[in-house]
Amino acid sequence: MPVLLEATLKSVVLIFVLLTGFAYLTLTERKVLARLQARIGPNRAGPLGLLQPVADGLKLIFKESITPAGVDKPIYFLAPVLVAVPAIIVFAVIPVGKGPAFQLASEINVGALYIVGVMGVAVYGITLAGWASNNKYAALGGLRASAQVISYELGMGLSIVAVVLMASSASLADIVEAQMPGNILGWFIFRQPVAAAIFAITAMAELARAPFDLVEAEQELTAGFMTEYSGMKFALFFMGEYVKMIAVSALFATFFLGGWSGPFVDQAPILSVVYFTIKVVACLLLMIWTRATLPRMRYDRLMGFGWKVLTPVAIANVIVTAFLIALGVPGYQ
Amino acid sequence: MGLKEVLTRIVVGFATVLKTVTRRPVTIQYPEQQKPMSARFRGRHHLKRYEDGLERCIGCALCAAACPADAIYVEAGENTDEERYSPGERYAKTYEINMLRCIFCGYCEDACPTNAIVLEPIEFPTGYTRESMIYTKEMLLESPPINVPATPQRTPPGKYDRAILPFPPIDESQ
Ligand code: SF4
Ligand code: SF4
Repeated sequence: MPVLLEATLKSVVLIFVLLTGFAYLTLTERKVLARLQARIGPNRAGPLGLLQPVADGLKLIFKESITPAGVDKPIYFLAPVLVAVPAIIVFAVIPVGKGPAFQLASEINVGALYIVGVMGVAVYGITLAGWASNNKYAALGGLRASAQVISYELGMGLSIVAVVLMASSASLADIVEAQMPGNILGWFIFRQPVAAAIFAITAMAELARAPFDLVEAEQELTAGFMTEYSGMKFALFFMGEYVKMIAVSALFATFFLGGWSGPFVDQAPILSVVYFTIKVVACLLLMIWTRATLPRMRYDRLMGFGWKVLTPVAIANVIVTAFLIALGVPGYQ
Repeated sequence: MGLKEVLTRIVVGFATVLKTVTRRPVTIQYPEQQKPMSARFRGRHHLKRYEDGLERCIGCALCAAACPADAIYVEAGENTDEERYSPGERYAKTYEINMLRCIFCGYCEDACPTNAIVLEPIEFPTGYTRESMIYTKEMLLESPPINVPATPQRTPPGKYDRAILPFPPIDESQ
């Protein structure tokens, strides 16, 4: 029973942190984007605009929740949940700090597999939303989303395979341990730069964020699969998107930036959480910076890039890594 | 374009965007902070009064005739000694300027024989609808000096026979 209680408590704290993180991530994104575009950004609600997420949330709660005529009701209502829930439960296996106190289920031995599986479920939410909305823009957006996410998931999975090979374990706790031979060069971003680059690109595509945001290309598709969603249903999609952003950043930090590792974590385990947070925030800022920089790709190029460049390179990377490990090259045993 | 050039361009792009952070924002906190008007901006129209509270405008519609944008509409009314708005026979019963048509050239100001209409850069006309941008006489007319009654006034017979001269004299400084 105490195990169950502990797990519940941790989950509640995790969800609370994630939702707060989501709220302030939206504000951070708007602020940082504004600064990167020589604008001021939101600063009216509360000091420095810090209450902006609260205002946004209240607005969305009080918005009329419209259900358009002709939608496939059960699926229409299920879709936002299918997008939001996987984004949150990915965190179950991510070790956010040193020691079992900061880990929920990170020692399970198929952690990496679990992540790929759970992330895949979110695609259903998007596809179903597009299909059930009875709207051509939504259908096209949903179609694009599934095609895009499926093709980029391949590259992402293969880059994770390289990481798993390096750590010779699919448990995320072991993956973090494997990156700690005492110095920063142990991080997989230095030992697996190709995998790191592929993971970063595919993660951005998987999130459908700029420059891969064809799913909701406003100029062509209004809001894509979200076109017919309003009020809290829209908020759920939005939440799913941003929590997934945090999740992917946490994954990148875990897989390639040494997770919670850093100096003095043995003396003060709480420092590990700080290091992890810093790494996640750095990844998030990088994503926002990317959004401010790169224009949207053309759809056929996007698919071509995924299948003709990323997937072969990822496969080659797995093979080379396997050889290096088999030959026992220093740094790869 | 080779791979190297593509990568260089992407890196240059990222650097360019990052450099923007050091720039001052080009946007401003609008209601509190306002961009200065052009030094040549003449401002919007105000209908002036004499010191005794009477309106300067005599409803002659010379301004409307001079207006290149056809933005002014004047309808004259008759003054009586019991109900006097301005010196002389007539006053402007209706006086409207369509601020959306006006090009702020100031020709109306030059045309006016009594210096009644004056452009002053105090505020800029703004509004949410086209209707609200047609400024009526009430919106244009300035309030009378302190302790002076507004129009219409009851005036002694014979005092304000002339619309322009000899009384009251035109205050050239206005
Ligand atoms: S400023 Fe020019 S355009 Fe405007 S009302 Fe006067 S004469 Fe007409
Ligand atoms: S503002 Fe001047 S020009 Fe226009 S009607 Fe009045 S007196 Fe005549």
